[in-house]
Amino acid sequence: MPYSLPSFLIVSSLLFCLGMYTVLTRRNAIGILMGIELVLNGAGLNFVAFSRFLESSQTTNLLGGQVFTLFIIAVAAAEVAVALAIVLSLYSRMKTIDVEEFKQLQG
Amino acid sequence: MRDIIFNVFILLTVIPCFWVALSSNIVHAAFSLLVTLFGIAGLYVLLGADFIGVVQVIVYIGGILVLIIFGVMMTQRGKLLPLSIQLPGKVFAAVLTGVILVALLLASTRSLWPVAAVVGEPQPTSAAIGDLLLGKYLIPFEIASVLLLAALVGAVLIVRRSVRGE
Repeated sequence: MPYSLPSFLIVSSLLFCLGMYTVLTRRNAIGILMGIELVLNGAGLNFVAFSRFLESSQTTNLLGGQVFTLFIIAVAAAEVAVALAIVLSLYSRMKTIDVEEFKQLQG
Repeated sequence: MRDIIFNVFILLTVIPCFWVALSSNIVHAAFSLLVTLFGIAGLYVLLGADFIGVVQVIVYIGGILVLIIFGVMMTQRGKLLPLSIQLPGKVFAAVLTGVILVALLLASTRSLWPVAAVVGEPQPTSAAIGDLLLGKYLIPFEIASVLLLAALVGAVLIVRRSVRGE
């Protein structure tokens, strides 16, 4: 593929869709977390690609996209820490991390 | 030369990504995720985002992925469970994802993006990002640090209660 904006958009679309497929099909809670990481990375790649290729005027440079990606990475780190804490807590309580087994709230 | 490196990094990103989604072994999926994240760091560097590339390696590969692999190791005792759902649900998920993928691909290739005529040489970004973080984006930056602190305390609290409460 040529080094151009659509190539990056195609790669990040693939990342997003594979991440979504992972989230939808995994039964393992940690597998679902991996899918979420793929989705977040696809979004971050999009931001950086746009900040590189789009037209910038004299007054604004487009580094805002890179700053946004930094925030995405920070939020992903916080999210994965809390999610793994919940997963480990569930594991010590239920002895499994299969999300189809967690149905006490179903009524 | 740049196109060759670019395509290598694309393959390095996309191929293990399929393995993350389709592998029937959670450990293989975790290590494929490592390769994918490394490929994305390479793509960031090719986009001229040196700082983001390094942060990606440090935070994702050095932090998040190590956490995920720890999680895999600590929850693998006992009976081995099927990693994915059964076939009808898989077909539904594949169709849904495929429709979204086609829409995204059409949108990204057919749209007329306001692309700059000449993409300049990459400049060092660390200093400019630092200025932005402590200037224009000061409040989001502070909120992100409060979020990280809350996540830190929350994670410790959740795990500690479950260990002590039993």
